[in-house]
Amino acid sequence: MEQETPEIQVQPADKAKIWGIWKVMLILAAVTTVEFIIALAIPLSVMPQPVKVYVYIALTIVKAFYIVGEFMHLSHERKSLIWSILLPTLFIVFMLFIFLFQGAKIYEVLMG
Amino acid sequence: MASTAVVVEDDKRNVWGGGVEPMKASYGKLMMWFFLLSDAFTFSALLITYGLIRFKNPAYEGSVEDFTFSQEWWPIPEKVFEAFPGSHALGIESAPLVFVGIMTFILILSSVTMVLGVEAGHRMDKKAVEKWMLWTILGGITFLGCQAWEWSHFIHGTEGGGRLLDGSIFHGANLSTNQYGPPNFAALFFFITGFHGFHVFSGVVLNFLIFYQTTVGILERRGHYEMVEKVGLYWHFVDLVWVFVFTFFYLV
Repeated sequence: MEQETPEIQVQPADKAKIWGIWKVMLILAAVTTVEFIIALAIPLSVMPQPVKVYVYIALTIVKAFYIVGEFMHLSHERKSLIWSILLPTLFIVFMLFIFLFQGAKIYEVLMG
Repeated sequence: MASTAVVVEDDKRNVWGGGVEPMKASYGKLMMWFFLLSDAFTFSALLITYGLIRFKNPAYEGSVEDFTFSQEWWPIPEKVFEAFPGSHALGIESAPLVFVGIMTFILILSSVTMVLGVEAGHRMDKKAVEKWMLWTILGGITFLGCQAWEWSHFIHGTEGGGRLLDGSIFHGANLSTNQYGPPNFAALFFFITGFHGFHVFSGVVLNFLIFYQTTVGILERRGHYEMVEKVGLYWHFVDLVWVFVFTFFYLV
């Protein structure tokens, strides 16, 4: 009993919206390319490793913002939803500092 | 007084009373979000463990050009992942991170086709949803294929191999022995990229189920394509995790 549902209407695509999606993709690709250039083309004498690491982290957060905010649409959700997702990730930041600190301490004990 | 029923007319309370969506997102979407949050904790734990173990091992000190594999120090990732299919036959000695870069772009692209699928779903455009879901599935399968090659290459190792602590030469890596550096480096590689790869695999399966439901018209009869949005959230999350794995495993 396959029935055609007459009320379903395909709406035309909004050109601006589609372009917006591709624009986010171009930003992500551009940021990744910049990461590559920093990793492979810029020598350590120009940019020491610790500086590179901080730049990588900053660029990663930029990419995460676009993926979560635009692709996953979180930027356009209710405030309560945004905060219920974002606030718990503070625990991750906390865990990060604790364990990296701990790792450096273990190294000190092992290697003197 | 004790028997007096209190009827609360306050809007703020009734909004949580059921039948409404206080966060303007359906139950399914909310639960997907909270599942992804818990998944983010799992992946963070794995990546932070990588950080801890890396920091407790000596780092390589010296110029990048002179780097050799040793059990004494943590390897430089760009010296470990420097091959792509056919690079050996073409005589290319070193192509650092090129293959991982291609994998990253494949995953970003498949994320875009997923968003386009979700957008088509909002417009009830069945044909376009089918098309974009198919592209997304193709991207996922390509990524998995790339990862299979990368694993195979990592496990079989390089021609020269690496010297173990007992002085013998070992080629490739497994969970206990590793030519590239401390054994934990290989173990973490298998765990982190493996767990992510398993997520990609699950994502491809979910995407295929939704593609099937679209094709046979289940979602059209339901009147909305919200399932595409839900698996879309999952798929973007897999992409998001790869962005972090890429930075913290391959770049740093």
